[in-house]
Amino acid sequence: MLDSYGTVGIFLVVSVGFVVVTLGIARLFRPQRPTPQKLSTYECGEPTVGSSWVQFNVRYYIFALLFVIFDVEVAFLIPWAVVFKQLGLFALVEMLIFVGILLFGLLYAWKKGVLKWV
Amino acid sequence: MEFPQIDYVAILPEIIICGLALLIMLFAAFLPRDRRWITGHIAWFGIIVASFAVWMNWGTDTRTFAGMYSIDLFSSVLKLIFLLGSLLVVFMSENYIRLHKLEAGEYYALIIFSLFGMMMMASAADLVVFFVGLEIMSVALYVLAGFRRSDPKSNESSLKYFLLGAFATGFIVLGIAFVFGAVGTTSIAQMFDPQQYTLANSFFYLMVGGGLLLIGLAFKLASFPFHMWVPDVYEGAPTAVTAFMSSGPKAAAIAVLARVFVVAFGQHITQLSPMFWSLSVLTMFTGNLIAISQTNIKRMLAYSSIAHAGYMLIAFATGTAEAVNSVVFYLLTYTVMNLGAFMVLLVVEGKEDGDNEITSFTGLGRRHPFLGAAMTLFLISLAGIPPTAGFAGKFFLFKAAVAKGQIPLVVIAVINSLISVYYYLRVVVVMFMIDTQTEFRPVSYPAFLYVALVVAVLGTIVLGVFPTSFFPFDIPLLASGR
Repeated sequence: MLDSYGTVGIFLVVSVGFVVVTLGIARLFRPQRPTPQKLSTYECGEPTVGSSWVQFNVRYYIFALLFVIFDVEVAFLIPWAVVFKQLGLFALVEMLIFVGILLFGLLYAWKKGVLKWV
Repeated sequence: MEFPQIDYVAILPEIIICGLALLIMLFAAFLPRDRRWITGHIAWFGIIVASFAVWMNWGTDTRTFAGMYSIDLFSSVLKLIFLLGSLLVVFMSENYIRLHKLEAGEYYALIIFSLFGMMMMASAADLVVFFVGLEIMSVALYVLAGFRRSDPKSNESSLKYFLLGAFATGFIVLGIAFVFGAVGTTSIAQMFDPQQYTLANSFFYLMVGGGLLLIGLAFKLASFPFHMWVPDVYEGAPTAVTAFMSSGPKAAAIAVLARVFVVAFGQHITQLSPMFWSLSVLTMFTGNLIAISQTNIKRMLAYSSIAHAGYMLIAFATGTAEAVNSVVFYLLTYTVMNLGAFMVLLVVEGKEDGDNEITSFTGLGRRHPFLGAAMTLFLISLAGIPPTAGFAGKFFLFKAAVAKGQIPLVVIAVINSLISVYYYLRVVVVMFMIDTQTEFRPVSYPAFLYVALVVAVLGTIVLGVFPTSFFPFDIPLLASGR
């Protein structure tokens, strides 16, 4: 019991130690000549604009929510698709019902104008 | 490829309820705004059809979905209680939605989704199924609590409920993980067999898991010390939703407590009993003592619901099948009388928002004798005075506890019932014995609300006078058959 947790403990110590040691050694040996360009935030090569503490449009969250629905759907669809041939008709019908229920959600969101960017 | 056999007839009520919720959701989106009231009528009709489906399965004793879903008398009785509660809530919401211009379709769809989650919890024979049911129930309730979107109080209620509820859910998941680690299964039917214990110190981890599960369930049940959210959430939520929240989720939590702590951990009852004993006593005193000082009727009913959670926990301190049967009966009586009290509150509240002070009942008994009499009946029933349903519920519960030798606990519960008489009867005093010079504002008489009110009044009297003729008191707790 304790042995197996001991392995986890050693793993934890080593992983933390590795980061601390490598970064610490690098800090000791590297030259330090900061310039404003070097210290600026990296944003895909674009010059940064303003603060990142801004309020996002709430519509992004609705899209994100819809994305989550279909994300989870795929997580269920892939294992089903892998063994599709062995599962046969029963599983096909079950999966159609499952996708159908999700489709109800999409229909609702569509009709409510969620997919429109106003 | 072998599939587990699925008994579609046995799960017909759930299929109907799930389809009903999806249908109402689509109606909510595709019907023109002025015709969406029709969703309410679809809702109550569907609930009645589902009740018939439950009735059709009466006496079925089977486990389907590879033994994870139990359809038996215990779950059928609880499902009927949920369906009755939801039916009354749908009836009482019709007028409320019109007055407050709420989105009818979404409202009913969420109520029915929540009902579906509760039915799943009642039938769960596996901790994972229970967890899925709990989430379906809770997520719908979080949204319902904030259904009056323009009201900051409602928003606050929804956010508080969501954050604390999500936190409690975390405890439940961790609890399931510990229990699984200890016994190597999540199936309630297999768990109580000590042969399953995989580790040398399985018992310790089982109790840790059980404790974590209890924290999450006590939150849903509104038991001390996880009751902090109750008054704020009840006060802020739309009144019809508060009524729903105070009956359904409590009953669902009791169902799972019975399955987990009386069936699955049944042999450890001597170790578990003191924990439930102290929870029960603390919950009763907290609810009843704080309720005394409330001036807002919704907050008073919130503390009263905490106190009732305390009475219900007596059954688990006792831990016998008889005690669980009487707590299910208690749930039935509590659903009827508590929803009844909320119905009168809905009528009195009318269109005025936030004015739920007890003083707003002043003179109600003189101006509107029927409403006054109905409220009095519900309140004395909540206090547990014969010949009402509340008395019968308490009587069977206390009897089962005394039979197992829990006499001090019953004495404490009776003392608490006496304390509760004070704050329940204060409303009666305000209704009948103080006459206002000003005219009591006219109340409307919405038909559906009155049908529900009459049902609740009759239920409170009939369950109090003939308890044994309407309720089977010998329900086995889990389906035996495969």
